[in-house]
Amino acid sequence: MPSKLVIGLDGHASGERALAHGMRLAELIGSCELVIVYVIEWSPFSFQTAEENAQRHKRREEEIAMAKNRVVEPAIARVTEAGITARGVVRHGDVADTLNAISIKENAEQIVVARSSEGGFAKRFFGSSTSNLVMNATVPVTVVN
Amino acid sequence: MKLFPTMLLAVLAMATSASAQEAVSLDAKVNEVFANVTGPFVSLIFAPLPGTAFPWIVLWLVVAATIFTIYFGFVQFKFFGHAIKLVKGDYSDPDDAGEVSHFQALATALSGTVGLGNIAGVAVAVGIGGPGATFWMILAGLLGMASKFTECTLGVKYRNEYPDGSVSGGPMYYISKGFTELGLPGGKILAILFSVFCILGALGGGNMFQANQAHAQISGIVGDYPGWITGIIFAGIVFAVIVGGIKSIANVTEKVVPLMGILYVGAALVILIVNFDQIGWAFGQIFAGAFTGLGVAGGMVGALIQGFKRAAFSNEAGVGSAAIAHSAVKTKEPITEGFVSLLEPLIDTVVICTMTALVITISGQLIVDADTGNYMLNEAGSAIATVGDTSGVGLTSAAFGSSISWFPFVLAIAVVLFAFSTMISWSYYGLKAWTFLFGEGKSSELTFKVIFCVFIVIGAAASLGPVIDFSDAAIFAMAVVNIFALYFLMKLVRKELNSYASRLASGEIKSFKH
Repeated sequence: MPSKLVIGLDGHASGERALAHGMRLAELIGSCELVIVYVIEWSPFSFQTAEENAQRHKRREEEIAMAKNRVVEPAIARVTEAGITARGVVRHGDVADTLNAISIKENAEQIVVARSSEGGFAKRFFGSSTSNLVMNATVPVTVVN
Repeated sequence: MKLFPTMLLAVLAMATSASAQEAVSLDAKVNEVFANVTGPFVSLIFAPLPGTAFPWIVLWLVVAATIFTIYFGFVQFKFFGHAIKLVKGDYSDPDDAGEVSHFQALATALSGTVGLGNIAGVAVAVGIGGPGATFWMILAGLLGMASKFTECTLGVKYRNEYPDGSVSGGPMYYISKGFTELGLPGGKILAILFSVFCILGALGGGNMFQANQAHAQISGIVGDYPGWITGIIFAGIVFAVIVGGIKSIANVTEKVVPLMGILYVGAALVILIVNFDQIGWAFGQIFAGAFTGLGVAGGMVGALIQGFKRAAFSNEAGVGSAAIAHSAVKTKEPITEGFVSLLEPLIDTVVICTMTALVITISGQLIVDADTGNYMLNEAGSAIATVGDTSGVGLTSAAFGSSISWFPFVLAIAVVLFAFSTMISWSYYGLKAWTFLFGEGKSSELTFKVIFCVFIVIGAAASLGPVIDFSDAAIFAMAVVNIFALYFLMKLVRKELNSYASRLASGEIKSFKH
């Protein structure tokens, strides 16, 4: 059974740093699979209009397709090219909760994420996804600067 | 994007050029024509039972809600806890994250129902029927939970799912498909009839009543001015959202409206806590008034009619509108949305309407005859005399204002926002009925949306009496067709209920929360 590492991407340069570190770890471990995860921030408790609800399934499919095409698949291609096994997962939800839940389900050794690129009021008030993950994760977390 | 400023300029130009006298006479003209045109329809819907003053439509709703309650074995109480777990997401598959959740479907449906019905409608009920109307309103709310459960289960079960992933649902779909499945004739005709009434309901209660009361609130604060001006401004904003697709306005409303709802309930709670020594007395008035009328016009029957009428208008149970909103949820079990939807009349009527009624009763705005202890009637003898001769939103506003002086301003903003969000919801319900009749397509949709906006202006310009009569009549007309069909279709719901209940009991249906 190869070891598994969950790599959290955010579609920005910081996510790239997390991926690069994950690849380095995978090389050191040897038999290792990377599970590349992109979480689309979403809450089941948000408010929407009736029209948005009627179109929601379609929008969801579009969001997943866009995340796969723009973020996850290019990352998988890069990892595979380096001779490392990789899989992609795109999910909606709270970033920290979802990364943790996927890691538990995959029986991953650890989660690798980059320091959040969020800033300003939201970060001060709610904390970043990364800090929420570090505070609440039940799987070891590596945060790349 | 340039449309809205242009319209606003046009409105301002019109407002300054028209003399006040011409404007008032235009309002009067709109009112007269409107009252004449809608009169026969209103009379038919509210015709009394032979030899009584009891409108047959009220009995129709109450009997249906009672039958559904008994037929489904008091589902609203038996599955109440399960409904809460469903809304919390305990039974939602994590793989479906990103789809419409039970909470979202419920919140969307609630934003279409919680609003003026809870603020103005309750004041109308208590103003005419006395505090006793509240008792009948609560009863109607509790029974109505079963009606809502029935229609929303069918709404999800028989919705149309299109190849692009979008959905359309509602009574027009479950009536036509359900009747076909049962081999019954007339499904298509009933569905068409429902759609016609749904369009009228969207234009009436979902539009004109809202515009009318929003204007009453704004003119109450800035001073009297012609209603058509408010109408045109509202129509311009609604047009920008539903035709222009300016989502930012709708997005702001979505966020602010729930906040306003919480603020409203919070303020009512504060007033009730401060006056906690009077709550027992207020409930005493509610119970005594429910069976004696306490001197109100029409006595006990008057209280009962007002209570049931305003409850139905507020929570729309049996009307079929909620089935359109709830049908977008992502679930493999249509019955789960039925369970969730039964919370709607509870929140809307049993909780929020009751709070409004308690605040009005406690506030002392209703004038009591010191000698008899009964309520005094106004000069016309049509309603209870109130301090400052207020009615509708004005009465609620005065009641809240007597405890929290600045609250009428918050309420005015809340009313305008509630009115706006209800209009957006009903524009969608009306549109779904319209496209069922005339087919989906850009030009067909645009035609309805333009008609919808025109009716906003008419609603704001007409006086409350004819508007409220037409709004009620149109909404209840939907219930006539919907409930008639539900009697035939309810066995399909019971089949779903029995199957789900046994699988839940056997553990086949599992919670995803451990």
